[in-house]
Amino acid sequence: MARAVSPRRKWSFTVLAWIVALLLFFPILWTILTSFKTEGDAILFPPAFLPPHWTLENFVEVQDRSNYFKHFFNSVVISIGSTLLGLVITVPAAWSMAFSPTKRTKDILMWMLSTKMMPAVGVLVPIYLIFKSLNLLDSLFGLTIILMLINLPIMVWMLYTYFREIPVDILEASRMDGAVLWKEIVYVLLPMAIPGIASTMLLNIILAWNEAFWTLNLTAANAAPLTAFIASYSSPEGLFWAKLSAASTLAIAPILVIGWFSQKQLVRGMTFGAVK
Amino acid sequence: MATQNTRKLARAMLTPSVVILFVWMIVPLVLTLWYSFQSYNLLNPVNNGWAGFSNYYYFLTDPSFTEAFVNTLVLTISVLAITVIGGIFLALLLDQHIVGQGIVRILVISPFFIMPTVAALVWKNMLMDPNYGIFAWLATRLGFAPIAWLQDYPLFSIILIVAWQWLPFATLIIFTALQSLDEERKEAASMDGAGAINLFFYIVLPHLARAITVVILIETIFLLGVFAEILVTTGGGPGFASTNIAYLVYHQALLDYDVGGASAGGVVAVILANIVAFFLVRIVGKNLDA
Repeated sequence: MARAVSPRRKWSFTVLAWIVALLLFFPILWTILTSFKTEGDAILFPPAFLPPHWTLENFVEVQDRSNYFKHFFNSVVISIGSTLLGLVITVPAAWSMAFSPTKRTKDILMWMLSTKMMPAVGVLVPIYLIFKSLNLLDSLFGLTIILMLINLPIMVWMLYTYFREIPVDILEASRMDGAVLWKEIVYVLLPMAIPGIASTMLLNIILAWNEAFWTLNLTAANAAPLTAFIASYSSPEGLFWAKLSAASTLAIAPILVIGWFSQKQLVRGMTFGAVK
Repeated sequence: MATQNTRKLARAMLTPSVVILFVWMIVPLVLTLWYSFQSYNLLNPVNNGWAGFSNYYYFLTDPSFTEAFVNTLVLTISVLAITVIGGIFLALLLDQHIVGQGIVRILVISPFFIMPTVAALVWKNMLMDPNYGIFAWLATRLGFAPIAWLQDYPLFSIILIVAWQWLPFATLIIFTALQSLDEERKEAASMDGAGAINLFFYIVLPHLARAITVVILIETIFLLGVFAEILVTTGGGPGFASTNIAYLVYHQALLDYDVGGASAGGVVAVILANIVAFFLVRIVGKNLDA
């Protein structure tokens, strides 16, 4: 970092970086701006960059016409539900592999990773038929289970890489002091594991919120989360750009904010701990 | 330290995850295999029975399969190429001394958090629409005729959309790896008279190898299964011009209600993915030996 940088070099890279960043961000910015336009202003040509008449009407209408918050709520339920359910199952597994590894631990981890390679379409038909016969189609419960299952390997991996960094020596020390197992876990290990668990939660919520294969194929009007609800705007008669933008802005805002705060965890989780 | 008891406990803690994942892997897969040998159409429930390999025969010999297969390859490889090469450049750029680096990074990473249906519909309508879209406006400003992107270049349009979603991911991973590169090593090399190009190829790129491998692995998993972006933009068309294998199987299953045919397609998709996985998991496994 001590390298001397000529101001000219610094400013030209700064300008270049900002141009590229703004170009990449533009579709998002445009969506947000369009959500505050009237439908007429949204399709002005040449386009008006800032809304000529700012309005909140689109947000109101999206809610009135299609009960937007029901779908928003569905997204919240399935992403938080699948994450919590997944944690209950994966925390013990990752814990066990990190603290009592056996010869097969690495094989199990690689096997879990390889299950992620299974294409969803390979099991679409039976899952659809099973859901149909169990009356789980278009239900939040069924969708929560599926999202938990598809993210299970990522959760195990991510937790494992965090847990493995907890120094085991500290256990020996507390054992010397005569701590019993549950005390060991509650007072010594858990506080050190919390950050890893929290990061895993965040990444999993992001992945579940944006999942768009099973949510589209297994839901209809009732349990549709935002991914599926937004898809309904693809029909030609639904081409109201301002309303599409309003619905989209609300759908992406929470995850965008969570994402900004969890860039580091994202790198770790999505690369199975290989890049930190 | 590992007594008999803790070992038992460890196994008990691990078992639920393994069993659940195993069941989730095996049961649907066996069912898919079973259906793939049945003639079974939800619209025609009378004509059921053993079909032998005929589902596979029809699926594999249909011209739509070849087209979807090629499209899958083109889509996956193009997006990989764009995002990896673009990601390296962007990461190098972000690694410079720039003013407002934190905000720039947030702007660059943002597209990754946009749900696929939103990303695809925003591009389809507000950017690519030939009448009112931003691209049409740019084209007319530059003196060209506006292009009907999704009608005339459907696969290319989808590649653009998907690459926009994944470029941030590649950038972020490569950037993170770049930051762990020793500044002193770079300085030592440049003092030895290494130019920027040599520095990049002999010091920087080898350091990034692992990160790039991981980017390719993760992206391949997701890119082979691109679905929502196709569903809401082109619906796989015109014809099968933008249909990939994932979309083709969906089409047979939930639009044609052909359970047997779709299952055969599903099995083919699994086999293809496994061929890719065989190599990728091996490479990553080697890289993860730490």
